[in-house]
Amino acid sequence: MASGVDQFSGRRLQPLLIRVTHWFAIPLLVIMAGSGLQILVAYPSLGPRGAQYRWYPFQGTPPPEWLRFGGWLGGARHWHFAIAWFLILNGVAYLAYMFARGEWRRRLFLPQRDLVNAALMFAYYTRLRKTPPPADFYNGLQRLAYTSAILFGIVMVLSGLAIYKPVQFHFLTVPFGGYDGARVVHLAGLCLLVLFVANHLVLVALHPRELLNMITGGKRG
Amino acid sequence: MAKLLTRRGFIARASAASLLAGCKSGPVTGFLDAMNTWNRKVDEVLFSPNRLAPQLPASEQTPENAFPSYFISDSMPFPPPNWTLKVGGMVAKPTTFTIEQLKQMPRTEMRVRHHCVEGWSAVASWHGVRLSEVAKLVGIDPRARYVEFRSFDEDYWSSWDLGSGLHPQTLLAYGMNGNQLYPDHGAPLRVYSAVKLGYKMVKYLTAINFLPTATGGYWENQGYEWFGGV
Repeated sequence: MASGVDQFSGRRLQPLLIRVTHWFAIPLLVIMAGSGLQILVAYPSLGPRGAQYRWYPFQGTPPPEWLRFGGWLGGARHWHFAIAWFLILNGVAYLAYMFARGEWRRRLFLPQRDLVNAALMFAYYTRLRKTPPPADFYNGLQRLAYTSAILFGIVMVLSGLAIYKPVQFHFLTVPFGGYDGARVVHLAGLCLLVLFVANHLVLVALHPRELLNMITGGKRG
Repeated sequence: MAKLLTRRGFIARASAASLLAGCKSGPVTGFLDAMNTWNRKVDEVLFSPNRLAPQLPASEQTPENAFPSYFISDSMPFPPPNWTLKVGGMVAKPTTFTIEQLKQMPRTEMRVRHHCVEGWSAVASWHGVRLSEVAKLVGIDPRARYVEFRSFDEDYWSSWDLGSGLHPQTLLAYGMNGNQLYPDHGAPLRVYSAVKLGYKMVKYLTAINFLPTATGGYWENQGYEWFGGV
């Protein structure tokens, strides 16, 4: 096994493929979110007809027009099912690279290594602690955030396929509690991704060097 | 009953209106058209003629007044006197069926989930004769790869891949939830299938044609996906 230092020596902080897939993901995600919300307009409720979920506070409330993309239901469906392929390809390329080149070791959240660090970092951000815990490539909380975003993405793909083909992919609807459950998970996944992006943007604004690294790749290790 | 029909009529209009709302509709072009063609091929590959949608228990059944229905005519379409179903196209024996003749054929009943292109689902049980049984009687020419359904609800129609048409859960339904089919759900005869989106299931049937090419459809020609499988 190569040690952590050896493995990444000579490699940029943000290798080319990570940067390319990162920037490609942005317009793809924006179109997916906008077309998804336009699709939601056609039935802006959760739960089957005659048994809509009581816990959902926005039954019958369509998402605002400025968040939608695709013009109408059919148009949005075409956009959603077209762009989904490219977003999945982009995600597969990112994951394949991360695992092939060992990048997962410095990027993914590994509880034994990162849990305490993440808790201490959270305490630092919430001013319960005066100093941040020591961090190497990423701190524990960063790793937790990025790993969650990857998991949200995987859940979005699986719940999306469950809604897209609820009979041919019936087995995919089962873990989500059926077709209408998969719709809930798909919308919840969007909300979680939006929360991630909001946090991500705040933290990038606080650490602009990271933005630069995601453009130039940063210095070689 | 009159009140129930009125409420159904309201749901019908609301449903049709929401389908039409903001309709800058039309067939897609360029990049989206290429992706639509690709997705149609994927749809065909994903479809398995043997995979069955799960049968659901009565407890999952949607209250009938909550099950949306719509038609495209200005008022509820009623069948012409002496209604018959004409089955033709590329078949050995073009045949005209009365509703009684269809009811004498092997009866299939299934309670399955309905998936609308709008995103809602609902559950009802449907009974009728499998289209594959009718196909056996008329004898389909092997060159026929598609089946087209025509209705007396103005010019509403849809064309399907033959595989979905002959799926064991594709019925010519004359009953819903144990009762005779009501006019708002397509009486006297409609297509009901567990493997297609709602707009593919033509109500108020008049004719079925087995054809060598696909002939689009009412919503399909306005920009909704042609295959429409679930």
